Amino acid sequence: MIQALTGQLLIGLINGSFYALLSLGLAIIFGLLGVVNFAHGAQYMLGAFVAWMAMQYLHIDYWWALILTPLAVGLFGMLLERLMLRRLYRLDPLYGLLLTFGVALVLEGVFQNAFGISGNSYPVPELLQGGTNLGFMYLPKYRVWVVIVSIVVCFSSWFVIEKTRLGSYLRAGTENPALLQAFGVNVPLMLTLTYGFGVALAAFAGVMAAPIYQVTPLMGSGVIMVVFAVVVIGGMGSIAGSIVTGLGLGLIEGLTKFFYAPASDVIVFVVMALVLLVRPAGLFGRQH
Amino acid sequence: MSRLQWGYALLVVVGLAAPFFVYPVFAMNVLCLALFASAFNLLLGYSGLLSFGHAAFLGAAGYITLQVMRVWGFPIELGILAGTAAALTLGLLFGVLAIRRSGIYFAMITLGFAQMVYFLILQMPWTGGEDGLQGVARGKLLGIISLQGNLPMYYFVYAVFLAGFWIIHRTIHSPFGHVLRAIHENEPRAISLGYDVDRYKLLAFVISAGLSGLAGSMKALVFQSATLSDVHWHRSGTVVLMTLLGGLGTPIGPSVGALLVASLENYLASYGSWVSVLTGGVFILCVLAFRRGIVGEIRALVKRSF
Repeated sequence: MIQALTGQLLIGLINGSFYALLSLGLAIIFGLLGVVNFAHGAQYMLGAFVAWMAMQYLHIDYWWALILTPLAVGLFGMLLERLMLRRLYRLDPLYGLLLTFGVALVLEGVFQNAFGISGNSYPVPELLQGGTNLGFMYLPKYRVWVVIVSIVVCFSSWFVIEKTRLGSYLRAGTENPALLQAFGVNVPLMLTLTYGFGVALAAFAGVMAAPIYQVTPLMGSGVIMVVFAVVVIGGMGSIAGSIVTGLGLGLIEGLTKFFYAPASDVIVFVVMALVLLVRPAGLFGRQH
Repeated sequence: MSRLQWGYALLVVVGLAAPFFVYPVFAMNVLCLALFASAFNLLLGYSGLLSFGHAAFLGAAGYITLQVMRVWGFPIELGILAGTAAALTLGLLFGVLAIRRSGIYFAMITLGFAQMVYFLILQMPWTGGEDGLQGVARGKLLGIISLQGNLPMYYFVYAVFLAGFWIIHRTIHSPFGHVLRAIHENEPRAISLGYDVDRYKLLAFVISAGLSGLAGSMKALVFQSATLSDVHWHRSGTVVLMTLLGGLGTPIGPSVGALLVASLENYLASYGSWVSVLTGGVFILCVLAFRRGIVGEIRALVKRSF
């Protein structure tokens, strides 16, 4: 009984770590570019697939993939920003959402054609295989690694954005890009780099997810809906808020799976409805 | 008659003749999707609200219609009524909550609610899970005219489409529609003029949801089945595409878009997921280069040359 509960809570914590990583990337991109990156899920899938292909065809192991994949996918993101997203900044933000939706469809379709919809498994790296038995539960090493790494990554992103000089540029760009440009900061380049960073975060989450979930072309689209709900619940204004909300919702999902499994798919959306009733601006958001 | 009225008259004639030139089921599918997209356009094109969850209304109405006809033996008229009423109720429920946020948040919230409907339909015991509801007889209109044949069914669908289109037309050109457009163009000013903006938006959302439900009920009757693909978020995406491709905020644009997207899906059905790639590509193209859509571009061209 207690084993089942802690097991579900651990799964919830893992899912929550991914929600947090993904909603962090979404929040960073939205904060500066004003674009809701619908392709975030597809870019997460891309990260997992690039790592899997690198292992399959080039024999690049997990550790290198963890560094190289986000770089590669991040570059792809920067290209996307330069060639397409850039043209939409002066328009209604809805167009950015629609464009990235199209990108997501194309990416998913291409991978579905190439690899079908069945899952490909990615091995857990040797160093992180096995686990410890805590008596009341079994704790696989890799899952502990995922939780720790994502918390570290989330925290350092928060630190960089809130406490450093570079972060102050980012925040200034969010508030008033024209003025920041007048002070001599290359804002267009900053936008490209920011989008690249957000996309790289998604790809990083994808590589981390590859050994846990099956690597499939559709792995991103299910997650992105939940992450959107997380963003609505937490409010995109605060980085810390999106991290806390992501982890919290993962745990709530885990608890639901334990107490009433059929509701676990919809619980996040139910929470979203409740939050909209009580605090329409989101838990950490400010009402404009 | 004005030029516009001549145009409409021509379209009505084309619709009357259509089943003799194309496969009636395809034509009916186009009509249902056209009504769906026109209802969506009422929301996005005239009120500026992007709902990314309209499939929920289309799909849920289809399920309800078939279920009440299959299990309770409702006649077709009551079945359609039940489906539409279900979509209206869903629209009211979601609308009340989603209206509390605007812009892209509105899109994300509607997407979330639609996903919830998807999971509910997937899991509920009566919906047939992955198989959906299959093989429900269309029944008789008014208890007399059998709709089992495709030709009578086509004209029934066509009549419903025209009625739905007329409702949308009346809504757009009513004082209510003008207020909607005012809100779209300048919300703070509409508020300062004393309009209760949220109530207008909610009403537009509910009307749009109800008409989408009507389209969904008809679509389920045409195919005599309700399937998960009509509740899936892909469907919510394609209705945006139809509207955008045809022309946002133009009366017949969404129908043109529906014709194109339905043809695309029909002729490329055997190529599997290339449909998704192509749909995505058209999406990107529309957003980047072609934001007025086909009808919008033609309109601009005509305006320039005369």
